[in-house]
Amino acid sequence: MISVKIANRVRKHSVDMVHRGKSSHIGSALSMVDILAVLYTDFLNVSPDNLDDPERDYFILSKGHGGASLYATLAEVGFFPVEELSRHYQNGSPFSGHVSHKGIPGVEFSTGSLGHGLPVATGLALASKIDGRSNKVVVLVGDGELMEGANWEALLFAAHHRLDNLIVVVDRNRLQSFKDTEKTVALDPLDKKIDAFGADCLEIDGHDHEALYRTFSSTVEGKPTVIIANTIKGKGVSYMENKVIWHYKFPDEEQLKIAHSDISRGLK
Amino acid sequence: MRTAFINALTELAKNDKDVVLITGDLGFGTFEPFEERFPGQYFNVGIAEQSMIGIASGLAKAGKKVFVYSIGNFVTLRCLEQIRNDACYHNLNVNLVCQGGGFTYGALGMSHHATEDLAIMRVLPEVTVVAPSNSTHTEQAVKSVIMESGVSYLRLEKDLGENETSTPFKLGFPDYKSSNSDVLVIAIGSIVSEAFKAQTLLTGIKKISVLDFHTLSQYDESYVFNTIKKYKLIITLEEHQKVGGLGSVISDLIVEKQLCIKLKKMAINNKLISEVGNQSYLRKVNGLDAITLVNLIKSELEID
Repeated sequence: MISVKIANRVRKHSVDMVHRGKSSHIGSALSMVDILAVLYTDFLNVSPDNLDDPERDYFILSKGHGGASLYATLAEVGFFPVEELSRHYQNGSPFSGHVSHKGIPGVEFSTGSLGHGLPVATGLALASKIDGRSNKVVVLVGDGELMEGANWEALLFAAHHRLDNLIVVVDRNRLQSFKDTEKTVALDPLDKKIDAFGADCLEIDGHDHEALYRTFSSTVEGKPTVIIANTIKGKGVSYMENKVIWHYKFPDEEQLKIAHSDISRGLK
Repeated sequence: MRTAFINALTELAKNDKDVVLITGDLGFGTFEPFEERFPGQYFNVGIAEQSMIGIASGLAKAGKKVFVYSIGNFVTLRCLEQIRNDACYHNLNVNLVCQGGGFTYGALGMSHHATEDLAIMRVLPEVTVVAPSNSTHTEQAVKSVIMESGVSYLRLEKDLGENETSTPFKLGFPDYKSSNSDVLVIAIGSIVSEAFKAQTLLTGIKKISVLDFHTLSQYDESYVFNTIKKYKLIITLEEHQKVGGLGSVISDLIVEKQLCIKLKKMAINNKLISEVGNQSYLRKVNGLDAITLVNLIKSELEID
């Protein structure tokens, strides 16, 4: 699958970018790479040629701190040259740590403060319904981010207005700032909570490309879809996987080499 | 002013299906005909101000011209970050409408006093902040802000019919009532009426000019400069905290333009108000009424 190759390249770009910028959040960037790769290669109807078309599909990254891998995905699928990624986190560049749309083709919406993406996506989905368009709106949220109440406000509204053109993907890597979400403020049983809010809730392996594609395409009529994508924070780099410290640290030269080798051979 | 707002919006919505009204579950008794007449252009998001601004921003990103209506602090303070990040940073046509500026809902208590909104909204870059003093200007303001790209904030109050004017509203150009004087009172919102009352009380004693400063940000700086430069004494009057509102706007302008004008600020003295009272009572106890204004002018000019 082309998406698997793209995902590998995006992982390498992401570790390079975070290394070069001495920036943070690499764990969050890596957990969502497969989701982004499948969305941008197989699912979303969006390309550099239709960025002004109201019929295009919209994607909003709500967990803006994972921005490195979104920038890398957009570059890999042709929104801008891959060389531009070297400007990430550099003085005078538009590529901020938290994702920004200004001067970056393909980024629909700027985020960074959590709990903003889903309400905005809900507004976009509502506009499409009002105007009778059949495009989809996909928003990727972090799991810890679901502690922000605005998400639940928006979900109530989306279910009430039967926004079945809205797909919410939860990057369920289970780690937040200090420790496991369940040891911070428990989210589980997350699927039951989402169901109770009136959305169609599905749960999958967030690194399984075929499952991701299948699930994106299996929305039901009359309800927003929420996909709990179970992921591994730091996915693909042996020493980063499930380690909270990689929410903050950047890899040094030696660690970068290991990261590349891990990504090349593909961890199980 | 709420009726003036919905009348203006009805006219706009009639001719443009992209005009959308979002309410945070307020406007009972006023919005029902709009809802009935324009399905698909009216949404009550419920009691959920943060997502209300996000939803409004999403709609505006898809090309809608959105008005978002709620009570003072609910449509500003409660969702300030959504206004800044979602609406402002993306330069979206999101027009925030606050009913109940200042002490409009005085007796409802501190939660319903919108007394920091002007400062907070005007500090957001490129937000057009408008506080009309009467219903006629409100109607015209609604039609003006929708034409501007980006975010606006419209602060509405109750219109007691005290500020009727024949001068049309012009966004960015304050309404000037000159009376060949060296004293100028600059006021914002319905409290302009206190300046006119002071004018009457001073008949035969001292003439004063009045400037209805309805557009607090994005105003025409050279027009304002040319209007105020000849005065010796300026008094600003606002139903708002002293920090950051109208008084600060005028004092910044005086300093930046190196004008030699004495400035006195009449505003709430930087406190949250617990005393119960209606708008005119709270103006009085906070020293924002015509009598206080007259006394200030007399003492500044050493008139007995």
